[in-house]
Amino acid sequence: MPESPEDIATRVIRVIAKTQHIEPTAFTADSTFEEMKIDSLDGINIVFAVETEFGVDVPDEAMKALRSVRDVIDGVEKLLAEGPKISEAPAA
Amino acid sequence: MRRVAVTGVGVVSAIGQNATDFFASLRAGASGIRPVTGDYRGAQLRFPTAAQIADFDPQQHFEPRQVDYLDRFAQLGMVAAREAVRDAGLVFNPDLASNTVIATGSSLGGKYIEDDGYFHMYAEGAQRFHPLSIAKAMHNALTSHMAMELGITGPAWTTSTACSSSNHAIGQAFWMLRNGSADCALVGGSEAPFSLGVLRAWEAMRVLSTDTCRPFSKDRKGLVLGEGAAILALEPMDHALARGARIYAEVAGFGMSSDAHHLTMPSAVGAARAMRAALADGGLDASAVQYINAHGTGTLANDRTETAAIHEVFGSHARNNLAVSSTKSMHGHTLGAAGALEAVATVLSLSHGLLPPTCNYLGRDSDCDLDYVIEGCRQRKVKAALSNSFAFGGLNAVLLFKAV
Repeated sequence: MPESPEDIATRVIRVIAKTQHIEPTAFTADSTFEEMKIDSLDGINIVFAVETEFGVDVPDEAMKALRSVRDVIDGVEKLLAEGPKISEAPAA
Repeated sequence: MRRVAVTGVGVVSAIGQNATDFFASLRAGASGIRPVTGDYRGAQLRFPTAAQIADFDPQQHFEPRQVDYLDRFAQLGMVAAREAVRDAGLVFNPDLASNTVIATGSSLGGKYIEDDGYFHMYAEGAQRFHPLSIAKAMHNALTSHMAMELGITGPAWTTSTACSSSNHAIGQAFWMLRNGSADCALVGGSEAPFSLGVLRAWEAMRVLSTDTCRPFSKDRKGLVLGEGAAILALEPMDHALARGARIYAEVAGFGMSSDAHHLTMPSAVGAARAMRAALADGGLDASAVQYINAHGTGTLANDRTETAAIHEVFGSHARNNLAVSSTKSMHGHTLGAAGALEAVATVLSLSHGLLPPTCNYLGRDSDCDLDYVIEGCRQRKVKAALSNSFAFGGLNAVLLFKAV
């Protein structure tokens, strides 16, 4: 059964919070990376963690377009809807 | 040409996580060599001892997010750098910041992130490497983090010449200060070799001791790996005097050579040429040197060859009034950081008038017949000292220091 959008949003926020060492309550789905002081290196780190969490493969072009938490949530929903998932054990 | 002063020191090592504790251990002959510890995925190591920093907690020194971006060698180096800057009382205004050099040495760079990545890729079939792998593993990561944290915008680089890395870094920066190309330098090096891949590679070299590090001793079994970092603050002597800075010692000369001989077997000729070059660079006669902080790894080949090289350079003076010790018997062989730790040991020896001992000595070896300070720390004010680094690959780098 496909996951509900809320579940995905919650998980994305949890992953970003963990990666950035901040509380999940410190930002919302509408926060931008600029507001959160997330730079490009943080960005690839977040995408890596998101790929691991959801078992998806985020294309370079999609990653470069990410500007907000909402973008990440929308992107994950799209990838999960498209499939296929990458098959590997969680890395690092 | 300007004279160059050492005005600050910082150390993180198995025998102390600041310069004061480091020198207190050297003075006491308290070795940091212990049974090797760590999580090696159940692997049995073939060597029993190491000089590891057991209780280094990065969370005490960095924000959690910073920790993610620093491999262990850079963590150790940053803590040493902060201490050196604090110790020197340096404040980097924009003018000084743009005229300050950062030069660090590392033989390995950040190996932990690589080791994890290879494990996940080869053993677990992972298709991706961690995105911070390049940024954490690069040998210049410490130099770059120092520049960013301290706002230093001058010439900055990292040398990687195996066990001579730090001395090459320190020497090149010293020359820049001496010839007026810079007004301040933060120099030294850092190494954290205790990842399984690195340890297996060293095991395969068959140079690791099966008991402990016994430099220049009979029955010496080889080197003991160590981890650590040391940074020194260098300034032109006139600047240091003008601002009333504490001056530990003077960097007086630097010499380099290449053996052009063998990848791992050292050459006395090459080592002697580097020591002579340092003396010539400093305009000092060999007879003026009264202490050598030796490379002294505890391997059969190094200690024999280094002793022969010292005889070659110092002649009869080598048997008369020249003390030689290897502090690796306490802080282990920290590879690319060795020159930096030993530079700090040497300048503190000069400023305290105390020569640290060579520990774990069992008795005279037929090939090693110098005065190795085996009785414990020796109270002696010396005027000039060498600090030797001789790397695998035959690349030699020797620093000359003078007491002030």
